[in-house]
Amino acid sequence: MMNYGRDRPAPPPVTRTVPEQTAAVRARTLTVVRGHRTVLDRLDFDVPPGRVTGLLGPSGCGKTTLMRAVVGTQAKVTGTLDVLGRPAGHARLRPRIGYVTQSPAIYDDLTVRQNLDYFAAVLHPGRAARAERRESVRRAVGDVDLAPHADALAGNLSGGQRSRVSLAVALLGTPELLVLDEPTVGLAPVLRRDLWQLFHRLAADRGTTLLVSSHVMDEAERCHRLLLMREGRLLAAGTPGALRARTGAATVEEAFLHLVDEATPTERTPPTLAPRPPEPTP
Amino acid sequence: MTCTPPPTARPLSGARVLATAARVLRQLSHDPRTVALMLLVPCVMIALLRYVFDAHPRTFDSVGASLLGIFPMITMFLVTSIATLRERTSGTLERLLAMPLSKADLLGGYALAFGALAVVQSALATALSVWLLDLDITGSPWLLLLVAVLDALLGTALGLFVSAFASSEFQAVQFMPAVLMPQLLLCGLFAPRDTMQPALEAVSAALPMSYAVDAMSEILTHTTPTPTFLRDILITTSFTLLTLTLTAPTLLTLTLTAPTLPRQTP
Repeated sequence: MMNYGRDRPAPPPVTRTVPEQTAAVRARTLTVVRGHRTVLDRLDFDVPPGRVTGLLGPSGCGKTTLMRAVVGTQAKVTGTLDVLGRPAGHARLRPRIGYVTQSPAIYDDLTVRQNLDYFAAVLHPGRAARAERRESVRRAVGDVDLAPHADALAGNLSGGQRSRVSLAVALLGTPELLVLDEPTVGLAPVLRRDLWQLFHRLAADRGTTLLVSSHVMDEAERCHRLLLMREGRLLAAGTPGALRARTGAATVEEAFLHLVDEATPTERTPPTLAPRPPEPTP
Repeated sequence: MTCTPPPTARPLSGARVLATAARVLRQLSHDPRTVALMLLVPCVMIALLRYVFDAHPRTFDSVGASLLGIFPMITMFLVTSIATLRERTSGTLERLLAMPLSKADLLGGYALAFGALAVVQSALATALSVWLLDLDITGSPWLLLLVAVLDALLGTALGLFVSAFASSEFQAVQFMPAVLMPQLLLCGLFAPRDTMQPALEAVSAALPMSYAVDAMSEILTHTTPTPTFLRDILITTSFTLLTLTLTAPTLLTLTLTAPTLPRQTP
């Protein structure tokens, strides 16, 4: 792949208006079974390109498994899953996707800058690319707002700062699709806001597609589109406004709860019994 | 579980090997205590040995020369297995292999960085032995250094290999006695190999450290490289390359559990 390091021009407007035809991620009956447990159960969804799509749901609902399936590191995936026009996990997709795991994948015994310098050297090796590397490292450090800590050892930083270093590494390659697993967990409100502004800048200026997971519902309002998940199923998909309108709720959180209530009577029998009914037998 | 080969073969990239080696050395530079231990412990041990055999300088010559080859192997084995294990558990290995970095680049980078460190370590220990501790060798000290570096690279390769089978630092450290102690007992340091029980002698002929130690004793007793010496260093180097070849596939299979999706059903 020869597409590192350049700022990709924003995609032509036509892709924004008909996202269905050129979805960045397209899933049909996507299923993941681990042991006897169905972690993802026949999911159908599209992630539009150049947009911020939020993947929301309680902890353990399958968000990470879905993200791993998209980046191609998940085993036992069935159904159709196309990413940037190729089947997920295709070797050619690797350099086009940035994946930031929940626990930061960085070297704790290097400084922030040394971490980025190394990963940049892997992406653009050689003496000739030195100026380009310096520029992309500078930009990535600025993007995640870590310039004041650039020369601190990563191991001495806070958890939130370390996950921002991990995000900065993913930004070095200028990926077309950025998959972020709980990037704002444990961050102070101001930083969370800044990070969300960065996500929107990436989508608007660089045409990056973002798939961002969170279990904090108030972050949902910041996304262009939402995928609401619960227990391996897709509860709903759509814009935050559409979801609120559909359920007549004031916030996405209320909408989510409404959708959960709507779905539960069929699962729990009988609904009139004690507040904690026995688990339904499979 | 299948693995699609990369679309274009990713050859060894010199710049990426150098970048990886520089990164490994930079990590060590933030840990001066480890570097000091790596460089000084062999010197202290060899000095200790000199005075243990105070009344038997000939014994010190033969044991000392052998140990100059064994120390770097043990140190590099430990450092490499722990460093690779950390690379695996921190998620950076998975991240690197998702980038355009080939496994050969990564292994080459590690080998280069630790090899450089081994040169310094062996140079210090050899210089100390020859100049200050009166280690009496017939051949050239440069050959001694060459064998020490080859042994260090063998230790690095073995360390990379066993780290694939260790899931914690505890296990990685326990592989040291499991892999190196038998070789130490059988390599001819304690008793000449041809006086061992024949089955053990056969086993020792299949272990790389035997050749490392044999090469050292050749330098001890001959002024110029002998055919046996050349055979010994050739075998040691072949073991290193073989181990690295066996290691490369384990890097991917143990980290990316499923690089590709199974056949998709419509």
